[in-house]
Amino acid sequence: MNTPTGHQSRRGRRGTLPLLAAPALVCFVGFAIVPVLGVLALSFTTWDGLGEIRLSGVTSWRAVLADPGLPHAVWVTFLVIIASWAVQTPLSILLGTFLAGQQRYRGVLAVVYVIPLLLSSAAIAIAYKALLDPNFGLGAGLGIEFLSQDWLGKPGLAFGLVVFVVSWQFIPFHSLIYQGGVRQIPRSMYEAAQLDGAGRVRQFFSITLPQLKYTIITSSTLMVVGSLVFFDLIFVLTEGGPGDATRVLALDMYKRGFQANLMGPASVIAVILVLVGLLLALLFRRLGGRDPSQSQFEGA
Amino acid sequence: MSATLTETPRQATGPPDQRHRAAGAQRRNWFGGLAGWLWLAVVVVPIYWILITSFKAQSNYYASNPLVPPSDPTLENYRLVIESDFIGYFVNSVVVTVGAVVPAVVFSFMAAYAIVRGGDSRLLRWVNGLFLLGLAIPLPATVIPIYLIIIRLQLYDSLLALILPSIAFAIPLSVLVLANFIRDVPKELFESMRIDGASEWTTLWRLAAPLTRPAIVTVTIYNALTIWNGFLLPLILTQDPDRRTLPLALWTFQGQYSVNVPAVVAAVVLTTLPILVLYAFGRRQLLSGLAAGFSR
Repeated sequence: MNTPTGHQSRRGRRGTLPLLAAPALVCFVGFAIVPVLGVLALSFTTWDGLGEIRLSGVTSWRAVLADPGLPHAVWVTFLVIIASWAVQTPLSILLGTFLAGQQRYRGVLAVVYVIPLLLSSAAIAIAYKALLDPNFGLGAGLGIEFLSQDWLGKPGLAFGLVVFVVSWQFIPFHSLIYQGGVRQIPRSMYEAAQLDGAGRVRQFFSITLPQLKYTIITSSTLMVVGSLVFFDLIFVLTEGGPGDATRVLALDMYKRGFQANLMGPASVIAVILVLVGLLLALLFRRLGGRDPSQSQFEGA
Repeated sequence: MSATLTETPRQATGPPDQRHRAAGAQRRNWFGGLAGWLWLAVVVVPIYWILITSFKAQSNYYASNPLVPPSDPTLENYRLVIESDFIGYFVNSVVVTVGAVVPAVVFSFMAAYAIVRGGDSRLLRWVNGLFLLGLAIPLPATVIPIYLIIIRLQLYDSLLALILPSIAFAIPLSVLVLANFIRDVPKELFESMRIDGASEWTTLWRLAAPLTRPAIVTVTIYNALTIWNGFLLPLILTQDPDRRTLPLALWTFQGQYSVNVPAVVAAVVLTTLPILVLYAFGRRQLLSGLAAGFSR
């Protein structure tokens, strides 16, 4: 392997650098890039997951695009993204601002907050299923009717539960991101605002929030792109049910591919997932703008 | 007092006023404080319920107050979980996690070093671009071709089948974070190693690795967590109960014992325990590393 640059130093030392990148590149291409290209190829085939793979042109695409299940799955995915963003963002900003304060006990709280982040989605989903069991759960034991409803049996409740559990798991992570963001805001901005007699609330809306613009974009990107591909949690918690109430795109793909053995149509859904993910990532990058130093002047 | 809000950016560069700093520190954020303590309850109550329930006997579980610890704690639930082969699943999880994290971190570190040191090479810039693109590839969208590749390699139902894709998906973020830290190593140090006649391989392990150790620890913990908790790959790439990892085993256990709530939550506790132990040791690195990794 040769580097295309002209200034090679003695003994061709620079030539060894691409070799150092080779193992990572081989693994990554083999099990990430090839599958992405592969899923596009498979979307033009018919395969039951065991037998022969046969080319079938746009049959799978036609079938999926004509299936009312697709717009439903897109709609549910969209709702999960919007609802979990709308619940997590204000709470994370509030908690992040709080955690950025000076008192020592806040550090202790942060240690506890992080625990949900460490647990597997499967463990969290199973714990909540047990906790909210209408007959044997916490609500039944304490006689709290709100908690002992049939959370997994009614579409609206199941959807709300998914959004709540997602928030329970990920708010700590985003709070930490906002904590870092708030700590980077120059103190003198608050001092100046105090000289002007701006109160706590005014300071939050005039300084903290505008200064967090880029943190909000980072956190929202991770949230939105992340919730696009939620699988583990929803699969274990509701399996897409009741009915199809929580059947998001990733789950729709799994069910078509690995339960109905229709790998062609499932690959079509996967291609759609990749495209939507890339589109959202690009969109947020646009929103992020090109000059982060601008944020300094937006507190005004 | 005539300062208006539009002038704050200019004031930001001026010397801090000690008097007002003191005043600012004393102001209480009541609303934030309330939210902070409320959220603590939201996090702690379910965890507390899981813990105490896991020590309750199934027979008197339904009769007891769910928030009161058992008067006669029992280890019966844990015995049931362990007898359901959880030691074997634990070993599988350890093999997969170690087997994937070690190569992933070593390969990512080598690649990050090459990308930082060979920044003028078009090939390496292209490789870096490919890894950055990889950050946007969602794992669920790639599982069908991964399944196909694993079958064709005759690896279906093996732990290696779980390890290979796990390495691949750990690489993009690891390279990004490690490269950011290697970039902070002063150029003069690399230069003096070069003058001493050290090879890139020696410089990589003797200079770059010790100086970026906190980042390596962070990346290791983060990847270990992700892979330990992985559910989708084991779900589609294994069938044999002897190849189950903990999250999948937990799911099947729950399917079998769904009416035995104390046993199910004991299984949740047992599968989570190793992570909590790891967290107790690596907390500082994980928290500071998360902040550093995402603030760049």
